[in-house]
Amino acid sequence: MDVIFRVRRFDGEKSYWSDFVIPAKKGMTVLEGLYYIKENYDGSLAFRASCRMGICGSCAVKINGRPVLACETQILHLNSTTIKIEPLDNFEVIKDLVTEFDGFFTKHEAVKPYLIRKEDRYSEPEELIQKPEQLYAYYKYSLCIKCGACYSVCPASSSRDDYLGPAAMTAAYRFIADSRDEGDGERMQIVCGDCGVWRCHFAAECSEVCPKKVEPAKAVQKLRFRSSIYMLKKFFIRW
Amino acid sequence: MRIRNDIVIVGAGLAGMRAAIAASEVSRDLSIAIVAKTYPIRCHSVCAEGGTAAVMREGDSFDLHAWDTVKGADFLADQDAVEFFVREMPKEILRLDNWGCPWSRTQDGKIAQRPFGGHSFDRTVFAADRTGFHEVHTLYERMLSYPNIVRFDEYFMTNLVIEDGEVKGLTAIELKTGDIILFEAKAVIIATGGAGRLFGFTTYSHQVTGDGLAVAYRAGVPLKDMEFFQFHPTGLIPSGILMTEACRGEGGYLRNSKGERFMEKYAPAKMELAPRDVVARSMWTEILEGRGLESPYGPYIALDLTHLGEERINERLPLIRDAAIKFAGVDPVEEPIPVRPVAHYTMGGIHTNMYCETPVRGLYAAGEAACVSIHGANRLGSNSTAECLVFGRVAGERAAEYALKKSYYPSTDFLKEEEKRINSLFREGEESAYEIKAELNRTMDENLWIFRNEDGMAEAVKKIRELKERYKNVSVADTSKKFNTDLTFALEVGFMLDLAEVVAIGALKRRESRGAHYRTDYPKRDDERWLKHTLAYYSKDGPIFEYLPVTITKWQPVERTY
Repeated sequence: MDVIFRVRRFDGEKSYWSDFVIPAKKGMTVLEGLYYIKENYDGSLAFRASCRMGICGSCAVKINGRPVLACETQILHLNSTTIKIEPLDNFEVIKDLVTEFDGFFTKHEAVKPYLIRKEDRYSEPEELIQKPEQLYAYYKYSLCIKCGACYSVCPASSSRDDYLGPAAMTAAYRFIADSRDEGDGERMQIVCGDCGVWRCHFAAECSEVCPKKVEPAKAVQKLRFRSSIYMLKKFFIRW
Repeated sequence: MRIRNDIVIVGAGLAGMRAAIAASEVSRDLSIAIVAKTYPIRCHSVCAEGGTAAVMREGDSFDLHAWDTVKGADFLADQDAVEFFVREMPKEILRLDNWGCPWSRTQDGKIAQRPFGGHSFDRTVFAADRTGFHEVHTLYERMLSYPNIVRFDEYFMTNLVIEDGEVKGLTAIELKTGDIILFEAKAVIIATGGAGRLFGFTTYSHQVTGDGLAVAYRAGVPLKDMEFFQFHPTGLIPSGILMTEACRGEGGYLRNSKGERFMEKYAPAKMELAPRDVVARSMWTEILEGRGLESPYGPYIALDLTHLGEERINERLPLIRDAAIKFAGVDPVEEPIPVRPVAHYTMGGIHTNMYCETPVRGLYAAGEAACVSIHGANRLGSNSTAECLVFGRVAGERAAEYALKKSYYPSTDFLKEEEKRINSLFREGEESAYEIKAELNRTMDENLWIFRNEDGMAEAVKKIRELKERYKNVSVADTSKKFNTDLTFALEVGFMLDLAEVVAIGALKRRESRGAHYRTDYPKRDDERWLKHTLAYYSKDGPIFEYLPVTITKWQPVERTY
């Protein structure tokens, strides 16, 4: 069945739409459609892709208005004869569907998204015990592939440039909830700060669109609870 | 533009990031750059699923892991390197644990291990069936805590600068601007992964086009054992997405159209958990003899997990279930997964010794891009992520020590030359890089697949040479600077053609069957003539071959049965 791909283009100066006819077959994904364009019609079309199995996070784009991974979206499942493909919102466009991710990664980095231990045993590491229930306390939040879908729909991120955003907040919670982590205080300070959890508007759109069902909104909620306790504690210690 | 660092690492997958961390641990005074064509967490290592092998518990031993690896390799592995590798592995598992990797656990909270093909002990450490993904994210996150590691994300390497037998740096296109950058360095580590996109039906990510191998090869560094390509038994049809060996490690069966567990004919002791070359050949034989199941995408074999139950599948194989549903419309809890052997791993690579040193001073290679060799003619499952960790570390440490000793920065005038070369590619030609790539994939899938023979391989060599000729007239229609993937695609296809030539001629020359290289016209292993590594050197007229003895320490070659 022939389907029209209406792709939002940007060449560094002007934006425009390009239409391409894709001979869609059962099982064909939008990403395969994009490659079809590149191979047969227009080699200049720019998009990011790598694993084509929903794990590398490269190919998040807006398809018919919704941010999804192009690699795991089947064309025929969209039930439309014209498919609109655009770059993610809330990200600056570099070319066509390729957007600037440096800022997104910098925000992720800002929450110290790594295990902090009081003693760093690089040369003589030891096995840390973590019961399955302790693992599952944070495991879901470790599944974030940093595709940017959550960030692209976040109203707080669109209105405030300095909000760290749902993916970064999820990363913070993932480590705070890890029984092996000892960096609570260090990270809490960032999370409670001006760019942290209290900026979230609770639209919960982020959880709606997450392709890995990580539920960033839930992570933010849990962080808010922890951050209230943290701030209260700090308040009483000071007094 | 010129950028100067003590060490430049190319490739930000498991090996590259492990190398960066290791170098930084040697000295925080070193400036370390990590240059890659994707953001680190977009690398292909995230696709590794089943696990990472390490001797962790009583009952297992280093000798046993080494023996399994050497036998799996069909005795082409260098045994001193294998012995070193298995001893270093457990610490790497613990380091990742200390850095936050969400390893799957036993009930009492210890790191869990599962069975894997060709291993005679349950020694595969895992994080559900997303092991590579979690390892990559753990290393990436840990890497963020080192202030002297600087990332250059989305820079596409185009050339390596080697003068007077010494590495001086490399050139890369900054994708965002299109500018060509000269990275000057005292030491360079290549960790760009394998070359799996030479094949059409493959588990590899789109980005794995063997850039590092080709760039090093063209610069005069030999490639080793490139004719050995691994075919993983279970690629989902039609996409080729990897269905991890852990499916079988957790108890899954392979069945033909008669519903038989046919592996009892081929490997009665190990059954579905024989090494990959054995299982892939058995499956292909079933298909060739008409016992495959039929589908619109051609014949396939059934990977049956239905007897494992929903709970176990959800706990141990959640990604497999998700992928099978999303990409094949099959829920493995309810029905078998349609699979076929699929191009999966490049055993060969840049020739290094067990210290990751190439013949060029200051140039190192690690991970799938390198050939140490610990995998020989056939890699065991869960030894590749392991290799990245151990030899990533070794490469990082060696490069750091080398850079600390070197008092001067090399300088070179290479930048202008390279700018001219890249700019000359923008032209209206008659040939399409996309069409050439498609034809290359077809000839590789047809002639250098699981069963090979003289005529097929000779045909492939002819075809590859024809494609190389046509490539000289290739068109790069997009002349814009920013994020020009038309240009990078054309460069990748050029890389792949050179590598395909090495694979095909190397395979044609090797008149025996060993590990993953199986010839119907020479079906036996021939230790007398061929117990040796292949080295391929670049020349304008095609590769020049030399051979190198295999290092044997403890284990003499014996017949390989499972």
